[in-house]
Amino acid sequence: MAKQIDDETMENVCILAKLSLTEEEKEKAKADMQKMLDYVDKLDELDTSGVEPMSHIFEDENVFREDVVTNGDNREAMLANAPKKKEGQYQVPKTIG
Amino acid sequence: MKQYETVIGLEVHVELATKTKIFCGCSTEFGGAPNTHTCPVCTGMPGSLPVLNRRVVEFAIRAGVACNCHIHQYCKFDRKNYFYPDNPQNYQISQLYLPICYDGAVEIETSGGKKTVRIHEMHMEEDAGKLIHDEWEDSSLVDFNRSGVPLIEIVSEPDMRSAEEVIAYLEKLRCTMQYLEVSDCKLQEGSMRADVNLSVREVGSDVYGTRTEMKNLNSFKAIARAIEGERERQIELLEEGKKVVQETRRWDDNKEASHAMRSKEDAKDYRYFPDPDLPPIHISDQWIREIREQLPELREAKRARYQEEYGLPAYDAGILTESRHLSNLFEETAVLSGNAKKTANWFMVEVLRLMKERGMEPDQVNFTPQHLADLLSMMEKKEISAQNARKVFEKIFGEDIEPVSYIEENGLKIVEDAGLLETTVARIVEDNPGPLSELLGGKEKVMGFFVGQIMRQMKGKANPDSVRAALNKEIEKRREG
Repeated sequence: MAKQIDDETMENVCILAKLSLTEEEKEKAKADMQKMLDYVDKLDELDTSGVEPMSHIFEDENVFREDVVTNGDNREAMLANAPKKKEGQYQVPKTIG
Repeated sequence: MKQYETVIGLEVHVELATKTKIFCGCSTEFGGAPNTHTCPVCTGMPGSLPVLNRRVVEFAIRAGVACNCHIHQYCKFDRKNYFYPDNPQNYQISQLYLPICYDGAVEIETSGGKKTVRIHEMHMEEDAGKLIHDEWEDSSLVDFNRSGVPLIEIVSEPDMRSAEEVIAYLEKLRCTMQYLEVSDCKLQEGSMRADVNLSVREVGSDVYGTRTEMKNLNSFKAIARAIEGERERQIELLEEGKKVVQETRRWDDNKEASHAMRSKEDAKDYRYFPDPDLPPIHISDQWIREIREQLPELREAKRARYQEEYGLPAYDAGILTESRHLSNLFEETAVLSGNAKKTANWFMVEVLRLMKERGMEPDQVNFTPQHLADLLSMMEKKEISAQNARKVFEKIFGEDIEPVSYIEENGLKIVEDAGLLETTVARIVEDNPGPLSELLGGKEKVMGFFVGQIMRQMKGKANPDSVRAALNKEIEKRREG
């Protein structure tokens, strides 16, 4: 039996994902997420005891780059993507740590 | 009141001294104009792919081996998910499940003696950008130059019991990392940062109390003050019958107080999962062996060697090895001058004095070892007086002047001009009848007065031995006459 997506879970997911949804949207999202969990639940039917969890689908290992500077000052191009900028920096709503 | 014990564990972030960032070829140089060291990878652009800097792995292993850690020879990166404007990907690439180093220990020394602090783990991760508050527009400005700079986070076990132990541990880590050349560990520039996890419990208890985590500690002094402040705050709560809340607190060193940083709404839920963009790392036995074999001589070994090889007292050897940079300067000078003991004395007195006067850190001291070696050898040959040598050294220390020609040009070299010395001695003795009669009356101490007067008259360019000889001769003459 998959975990039930209740209002509290929905609230928490919204906080973590920084989403503000209307009641209507919340109900829809709840139903969608329930479907996903039910689907994943299906996988539990498979006996996976003794199978190592897999984190990567390819067998690559040790893909490195050498410690050599290859990028120069590309500030103008980088900042071209910023919705707001000021003095060579990205301008964002006031944030204090 | 009950007796309380403070229990402290540390999370120390150390910025690695690589040339480039952990996952892209941007420079890590400190102090560049904002956002001039950035690219699509370290600003989290969709579709960009990280590629791991080999040297980061090498430095992490080096740090781990030097701190007696085991190495996870199969290790991976994980994503730590959270939103913050200094974190452009909305996740930090870190290591949760298989940190590269684990189960280590370092030995610290305090007034209470020696003690072992265990290291739980060291993991590799990327640094975040920097936020600056814009007073004018009530907004924040983001500089991503630091985003993606490689870090190792060193997590200790809760083995420390006082601020003194914490500082000793941090100094030990800093010194080790500097000797290993994996980081310069400058607290002011943020290349070493410490978060303090602290709880208190009644003496004798074997369960830990509820701990808080303190952030924003920018100097050893701030760390010591924050520990004292938090210990008192927690004890006060317990004495009032209240409970300590597990939370992250931000230390304000100006107010000497802390405040809770994160609200309950932000309860930690980082939803870690393996980063699919970064293939796992397999560290071979041979790689570890190579790194182990290339470890430099660390401080303890150097200190012991200085005592044995150069016959230095333990205290002097300790001071001279505190910074690898200073110990290198000392050693190079000692080899060039061929007199380690004299060189050590000079460092202990003159170098430390000037550092103190000018408020300098050992790493800021810079002069050519040959210059000091030349000066020491001129002193040895009595070609310059100790007093003038100190003046010349200030020039070497400050401007790295070349002493041999400087001494020549400024007429500081001792010249054996017997005639000039003789007339000077005669005049000084003549001009000071009072001290002379005291001396003739057997008051030997007055000799020093005369030597000083004569040296001053000769502007330090006379050899003190010759001065003494000439003076004795003159006095004998007077005695007889």
